[in-house]
Amino acid sequence: MSGQAGSAAGAPGAEELLEVTLRVNGVSRTAGVPARRLLSDFLRHDLGLTGTHVGCEHGVCGACTVLLDGEPARACLVFAVSAQPHEVTTVEGLGSDPGALGPVQRAFLECHALQCGFCTPGFLTTVTAYLEDTPDPTEAEAREAISGNLCRCTGYQNIVSAVLRAAELRRGATPEPTP
Amino acid sequence: MKPAPFVHHAPRTVPEAVAVLAQVGHDGKVLAGGQSLVPLLSMRLVTPGHLVDIGGVAGLDAVEVDEAGVRVGALVRHAGLERHAEAADALPLLRQAVRHVAHPAIRTRGTTVGSVAHADPAGEMPAVLALCRGTVEVAGPRGGREVAAADLFTGPMETTLEPDELAVAVRFERFPAGTRTAFAESARRRGDYALAGVALAVTLAGEEVTAARASFVSVTPVPDVLDLTPVLAGLALPELPAGEVAELVRGHVDPESDIHAPAEYRRMLAAELTVRALRGLRDEARAGAA
Amino acid sequence: MSTRQVGEKVQRREDPRLLTGNGRFVDDLGRGALHAAFVRSPHAHARILDIDIGDAWELEGVEAVYTWEDLPGRVAEPLPVLIPHPALTHPRTGYCLATQEVNHVGEAVVMVVARDRYLAEDACARIRVDYEPLPPVVGIPAAREAARLVHDDVPGNVAATLLQEVGDLESAMAAAPHRLTLDLAVERSASTPLEGRGVLARWDTDDGSLRLYSSTQTSTGLRAAVAAKLGLPLAKVEVVTPDVGGGFGVKIVHPWPEEVLVPWAARVLGHDVKWTEDRREHFVSAAHERGQLQEVTVGFDDEGHLLALDVRFWHDNGAYTPYGIIVPIITATQLLGPYKPGAYRVEFWSLYTNTVLVTPYRGAGRPQGCFAMERTMDAIAARLGLDRAEVRSRNFIQPEEMPYDQGLMFQDGRPLKYDSGDFPASLAALKALVGWEDFEGYRAEAERAGRRVGLGIGCYVEGTGVGPYEGGHVHVETDGRVNVATGLTTQGQGHQTVLAQVVADELGVRLEDVHVTTGDTRAMPYAVGTFASRGAVMSGNAVALAARVVRAKALRIAADALEVSPDDLEIADGVVSVRGAPGTAVDLGTVAVLANPLRYAFDTAAQAATQFAGTFDPQRPPVAEDDEPGLEGRDFYSPTQATFANGMHAAVVETDPVTAEVRILRYCVVHDCGVMVNPMIVEGQVHGGVAQGVGGALYERMVYDEGGQLLNASFMDFLMPYASEVPHVETDHLETPSPLNPLGLKGAGEAGTIPVSAVIASAIEDAEGIPIRSMPISPPELWALRQQHAAGTVTAQEGPS
Repeated sequence: MSGQAGSAAGAPGAEELLEVTLRVNGVSRTAGVPARRLLSDFLRHDLGLTGTHVGCEHGVCGACTVLLDGEPARACLVFAVSAQPHEVTTVEGLGSDPGALGPVQRAFLECHALQCGFCTPGFLTTVTAYLEDTPDPTEAEAREAISGNLCRCTGYQNIVSAVLRAAELRRGATPEPTP
Repeated sequence: MKPAPFVHHAPRTVPEAVAVLAQVGHDGKVLAGGQSLVPLLSMRLVTPGHLVDIGGVAGLDAVEVDEAGVRVGALVRHAGLERHAEAADALPLLRQAVRHVAHPAIRTRGTTVGSVAHADPAGEMPAVLALCRGTVEVAGPRGGREVAAADLFTGPMETTLEPDELAVAVRFERFPAGTRTAFAESARRRGDYALAGVALAVTLAGEEVTAARASFVSVTPVPDVLDLTPVLAGLALPELPAGEVAELVRGHVDPESDIHAPAEYRRMLAAELTVRALRGLRDEARAGAA
Repeated sequence: MSTRQVGEKVQRREDPRLLTGNGRFVDDLGRGALHAAFVRSPHAHARILDIDIGDAWELEGVEAVYTWEDLPGRVAEPLPVLIPHPALTHPRTGYCLATQEVNHVGEAVVMVVARDRYLAEDACARIRVDYEPLPPVVGIPAAREAARLVHDDVPGNVAATLLQEVGDLESAMAAAPHRLTLDLAVERSASTPLEGRGVLARWDTDDGSLRLYSSTQTSTGLRAAVAAKLGLPLAKVEVVTPDVGGGFGVKIVHPWPEEVLVPWAARVLGHDVKWTEDRREHFVSAAHERGQLQEVTVGFDDEGHLLALDVRFWHDNGAYTPYGIIVPIITATQLLGPYKPGAYRVEFWSLYTNTVLVTPYRGAGRPQGCFAMERTMDAIAARLGLDRAEVRSRNFIQPEEMPYDQGLMFQDGRPLKYDSGDFPASLAALKALVGWEDFEGYRAEAERAGRRVGLGIGCYVEGTGVGPYEGGHVHVETDGRVNVATGLTTQGQGHQTVLAQVVADELGVRLEDVHVTTGDTRAMPYAVGTFASRGAVMSGNAVALAARVVRAKALRIAADALEVSPDDLEIADGVVSVRGAPGTAVDLGTVAVLANPLRYAFDTAAQAATQFAGTFDPQRPPVAEDDEPGLEGRDFYSPTQATFANGMHAAVVETDPVTAEVRILRYCVVHDCGVMVNPMIVEGQVHGGVAQGVGGALYERMVYDEGGQLLNASFMDFLMPYASEVPHVETDHLETPSPLNPLGLKGAGEAGTIPVSAVIASAIEDAEGIPIRSMPISPPELWALRQQHAAGTVTAQEGPS
């Protein structure tokens, strides 16, 4: 909603553009943007990486979670200009070919861990980073690990299963999950 | 929900940062982790003309542990402090508390110093700083200074830091030998701002309590310390006088009502959490003895 | 022989796309589009005195600033009343941009179009609207009291009042040996899909046509409404629904003001225009649901049989009624659940307040009705000292009484007549699942450990798959690819998988050859929308019927080609073959070639259909009089009434004796939605529904202050549950097929949500021994309730009325 802010908007006239260069999914990308451009908007609208979704823009829902140097971070709470020192990984960086899913993506497919798919990229990045640190979580740990991301569709149960299944897949075991 | 325009400053050194702040501090904000600031900017609840982004300032990202305590630089993320084994050994309370700060994806960006400087009564780390009798190291146009926790917090979101000053580190002091600590809080959802929380330090000589202190989250305007020693000194933890502790806590805290809980509930909760944290220490001591 | 797909846990076709960042949601489209933002009312009720746009339009990048005065013709008129009803005597709808008065915080007043959303918001910040605040009406008591009015010309703030009665209530009540009265309350929550609303408009200046992409639950409804508003022929408007990030009801409302303004502006500016709702806007300018006050009086006999049920309730419909009185009608009818109420009288008042409008949210009035009925059941059991499950059981409609007519008119204007269901079997399954009979032992054990636990139960019946109709179109291409289109939209229900399963079975093709399109008016211009758990029932049966048309045609053409009788043919894995002689076969792609007589061969296979190929009888026209070219077919499914799914839930909760924190230890669901096309997806729907129910029971509410400000318009303060707050759900399924449709389906979308507040209230009451009459309930509220109870300011039992 708008209409409340004070005089901070600058005088009419063009806003200064900064040349922002980010390494995203292993590729260096540059765009001229204002300092206030959020990383989430930079990825989506300036670089066209629309897999990162925006659900609240105040850091609560986690849909925009990306990895900065391998650690999960809310892209809506970071300015693009501030992200320059970091290696950025988005959902596209986890595997952008629908025919060649990464282990976490595959686990989500197998466990029916998504419905509308809007929050899913934030879960995938979060879970990917989590399993790096905790390769063999318990069910309770898996639930805890996804407790910073909101999903309105699934009730989380199948996402918990997917975390456990992804851990299996990462370890190289591939028996079918128990339904 | 997009931020209003601002001028972005990216100093590389502390003196540069201080120089920029001296120029624009009255209409500027320091941006470190940004986890509290950016939502306020996006909602245009704050609209500074300048942001001094200290992300590239050298030398602010270290956790240093020495005899006196743990020094945390202004760019140390909550997650970095949480992982820091030496810091956790020196002051277990740091890890006990920092795990309650929001969610992991917030802790990877949010800084401990930023959380202290933000002075939110619902913040965990201000309460820890107060309980540790910590200090904030400040750089400013008038030179450096140190501010003790007791002199730092003046009200909700208010500190004695000047707009042109930069908090470059906080120092958490070690507790006396024989001190056990605990941290407990209760939130509506895990990771939300707590309805009430407590940081606790109990010093034992053998089995006997010699000192006990607590500071609180979300139930006091500033994180001042409650001395529980009067009701606990000389007792062994198993003799915990729960009623007296609760009474003392209820008298100390001064919560506000909001949409999530009335003041009376928070008061009860602070007391109950304190009693439970003490019981936890008691059980831990028993387990250690067994 | 191909495996039957219906009934299988088939993995979803849509997932690989969504898992790799290849989903396309509306804000992912339209790079280069201009962006809209809105100045919205900060007042709940005010007169607009003046709008000063100042220098907003001078900002670099700002393309346009519009107020109501800029709007032409029907764009300037009030939005449509979508579902009129004779009882809705005072319908009121808002304008696309407010003109003289605003009636809730968040109502749009000025529209800005700029190069990006940042600049659009900058411009909004420079616009000054001068208001004369008027006293707001907030909350049902204030609306009912009517000391102030929301709309000057709506006396008593009453949009509608409706009374339905079955049997002679007065005499039945008078004759009842026992009577109880309960005063109940349910607070507001909202759908809050993770993706808010959004719309992208593409105006083609060359041919004067509009393509609209919207995050909607109804593409055809939106198309008709926008065409009417903009004065365009339907032929010049197409609506495409891309991936939608959840709906849960809120996106069935149409056209939203923004859905009219954005295409209008695109046409005026000759440029793509997009609006992507932000989270704050969603809280204050989309829609909420649930808020009701209820008064239930029940008469019953010594065994707990219902003799008379008298319900009055007051429904908060917010500032406007674009969606009519669907929600309170559903409450009034679905309240009865699986029970025979004896004589029944229900009367409601739908009331205006100066708050965000109220339209269906998953469950759509049923959670409130279920809450009223199930609280009543528990109160009867408590009064008579009977087992709570037993009281329910004694009032069940029995399987042999199906179909059972409750004697009321349902939300579709048709009889509330249950088609099938086995309630005693459902209850038996639930009791077994939760361990109903063993619970007292568990409670005693918990008590010895100083813990307080309780068991709750709730039953519901859900009318699903309401009409009027949905359509299916099935088209086989010459390479064997099968295109399926249905007009309703998808927000995560897996229609691309489920409908493909149905068509694969009906047509005899491989699942991977079936490609489903939903919500695209170019592919299927006749449709209604996705609501009321109707997707699988309506479109599932529609595409099945369409596939049967295509199958019949394929058999006929193949029979000609193979010179056999169609009766001797079968289709499997996309090949038509002679039963018992699999070598004599033709694949469906070839049949598709033969189905379309050609003059021009576009590839080698197509040569078989050209005029000199010798494959046709020169004495007959290439396309017979009663035939059409192409291997395709279309059909519609239009039922005479809804199907009725049912379910029963039970929960075990623990309440903290000191802090009153509530933990759900177990949550059990027995669910019957008839035949399950894809049990994995049904299970997922149940999980998600329960999570939303848990949100509504323990966490979520819309907190308005007396001035009509929504105090928790963020995900920080509106407590949508995380994984840490949602219990593991244990499920069991019955499959009582519906006799009403070819596939035997009933809907499953809302089932999980409906009884949760009732069940949790029941469990907390059981743990605490204090009547729970209002939901949601937070730990501070339960803590306060304990104190009031201890002080004797509430009574454990309602007195006889």
